[in-house]
Amino acid sequence: MREKELEKIKEYKYGFSTDIEDVKAPKGLNKKVIQFISKIKNEPKWMLDWRLKAYDRLQKLTEPDWQKPKYPKINYQDLYYYSAPKSMKDKPKNLEDLDPKLLETYKKLGIPLQEQKKLNNIAVDAVFDSVSVATTFKEKLTEKGIIFCPISEAIQKHPDLVKKYLGSVIPLTDHYFATLNSAVFTDGSFVYIPKNVRCPMELSTYFRINASETGQFERTLIIADEGSYVSYLEGCTAPMRDENQLHAANVELIALDNAEIKYSTVQNWYPGDKDGKGGIYNFVTKRGACRGKNSKISWTQVETGSAITWKYPSCILQGDNSVGEFYSIAITNNYQKADTGTKMIHLGKNTKSKIISKGISAGFADNTYRGLVDINRKAENARNYTQCDSLLMGSKCGAHTIPYIKNKNSSSNIEHEATTSKISEEQLFYCNQRGLNQEEAVSLIVNGFCKDVLQQLPMEFAVEAQKLVGISLEGSVG
Amino acid sequence: MLKINNLSAKIENKQILNGLNLNVKAGEIHAIMGPNGSGKSTLANILSGKKGYEISGSITYQDKDLFKLEIEERAHNGLFLAFQYPLEIPGVNTSNFLKTSLNAIRKSNGKKELDALEFLKIIKLKAAELKIDEKILNRQLNVGFSGGEKKKNEILQMSLYEPNMVILDETDSGLDIDALKIVANGVNSLRDKKRSFLIITHYQRLLDYIKPDFVHVLMQGKIAKTGCSDLALELEKAGYEKI
Ligand SMILES: Nc1ncnc2c1ncn2[C@@H]1O[C@H](COP(=O)(O)OP(=O)(O)O)[C@@H](O)[C@H]1O
Ligand SMILES: [Mg+2]
Repeated sequence: MREKELEKIKEYKYGFSTDIEDVKAPKGLNKKVIQFISKIKNEPKWMLDWRLKAYDRLQKLTEPDWQKPKYPKINYQDLYYYSAPKSMKDKPKNLEDLDPKLLETYKKLGIPLQEQKKLNNIAVDAVFDSVSVATTFKEKLTEKGIIFCPISEAIQKHPDLVKKYLGSVIPLTDHYFATLNSAVFTDGSFVYIPKNVRCPMELSTYFRINASETGQFERTLIIADEGSYVSYLEGCTAPMRDENQLHAANVELIALDNAEIKYSTVQNWYPGDKDGKGGIYNFVTKRGACRGKNSKISWTQVETGSAITWKYPSCILQGDNSVGEFYSIAITNNYQKADTGTKMIHLGKNTKSKIISKGISAGFADNTYRGLVDINRKAENARNYTQCDSLLMGSKCGAHTIPYIKNKNSSSNIEHEATTSKISEEQLFYCNQRGLNQEEAVSLIVNGFCKDVLQQLPMEFAVEAQKLVGISLEGSVG
Repeated sequence: MLKINNLSAKIENKQILNGLNLNVKAGEIHAIMGPNGSGKSTLANILSGKKGYEISGSITYQDKDLFKLEIEERAHNGLFLAFQYPLEIPGVNTSNFLKTSLNAIRKSNGKKELDALEFLKIIKLKAAELKIDEKILNRQLNVGFSGGEKKKNEILQMSLYEPNMVILDETDSGLDIDALKIVANGVNSLRDKKRSFLIITHYQRLLDYIKPDFVHVLMQGKIAKTGCSDLALELEKAGYEKI
């Protein structure tokens, strides 16, 4: 292997690609391609109609351009919208029939799918490009009436639930990327937790982009019925490529009365190389509706990858006494850019929201927190607490905090705190003197800075995330 | 142990050290006194490897060229500096910091890293021996610590890492008598034939508890005078002008 490549692999250890024969839709975005996707997935007519409606709507929309990170124009006709391993065509019935190359890929990513090696107490749905290739622990979950399956399977097996909730939080017509996703989404996870069931294990989806020139458009839908609880985690990686690849997912969460959803993301898409070449455009729409009273939705995100991260996981607090939380770590190094934050829409009485954002910038990177706290006229006694901290490493990076507040109810209470700090030479000297090298020192200081957010992650992932935080900043000092 | 030869140092074109010589043998305790701004902390910083100085001269430490070692490598080789102003690191738990550091040092010396339980046992013992309240272990590193707590934390780390060459930079400044005794006790309990100390202080009173082998006066960038512990008493009475 050439030295340069070796060096690259050290930087981003998930950067390999799997050489696998695939089935692709023809290049381009048009009704034929949408029909192709719908057909290959054996979708009912209502689903195809829904997609086509989104496509028609898309013709009238333009891409938003108010975000801070600008990007070169994307040629939507020059992308593949569907790519799946050929071996997935005649759906393997169980893991033993799965292409060994796929098993190997996930093993390399640290996600063993085989029965005997499964992660302890974590059910995994593995999505490879445009299809879900495996879901573990299915039987154990079924016992409790929990549905955890690829969304393409849910469309066929649970059409009533899908019809009722799909697009109910992110409407077809929402905005360019959300509508694009509605037209061409390929796979993703579907979760339904029945009334009064506490999901006995972490549910998790692992997204992997493999094919080149292919966009990934997954769709996740999670419904927590009355009195239920679920903790869900998504992880993502992609090979290193010189091209920029588009990832435009939609995630919808619905929490009914007294239900709670905890949604965690560890996003580690390929960030591009040191000079900013390549990397994923991570343009994602995530929104949760606290539809029932006393319901709760909590977003935790650790965003370390992608060339551009542009997302605002939000909560619509409809139910009285409902709670929305957003905990975020966004790390940008080299030429990475992030414009991320949340929207907390307070509609019900006594609704509460909490926003903790930690932005870390190094190299030439640019990191923006953008958030909206919107208190509706009828939202009596709404409360929000926002804390935005930025940490800068070096003098060539940027950090920005843009908190919007719309307050239409005088009984509300909104608190906002913001800090910007730098890792000082003196702090590093102190750590070095105690035997820590530069990278260990930075990792320790940054993990300290992020602690309030890392604590929110499920235990199994907190350790991984801590390491990732350190790795993402490697080479950023000294 | 430590041999400083004709050391000169400038920062921002300001000459701070100017031909300093010092020889510390294994097992010795040297005290360095000197007026404010005479370069005592500068000396301590240079020994620990802090960057930003224009340096000439040479330093050998354990028969190695000290300038060839990175800051953390000096620490791995048993050089420890108790900071005059210990740094605050928000969010970093003190106990975790101490454990991470100890393990970094152990690892570099080919020793097994300690797990959380093993570490806890050791640190609790050390804290008890030194009569340091172990509550500081659960707080963020030095954040909101009183001056005394910060200094005690430095002493606790000194005794944890069991270094070969200890430099204390005004660890006694601003301490009440009880805290001072904790510092002295920490030093005395580590004192042995193989370990050396360089104790930078302003006051004679610490030397009531720690008997140094030599007392040096640092002035005009070099050692202006060397004596035994009586010199400290003299200085306390007559000040630095007479030297
Ligand atoms: N980073 C710096 N830039 C400029 N001058 C400095 C710097 N650090 C120390 N000095 C100066 O060097 C001199 C010696 O400082 P220091 O070693 O801290 O003295 P001491 O510890 O003996 O009180 C002082 O005059 C101080 O102002
Ligand atoms: Mg000083």
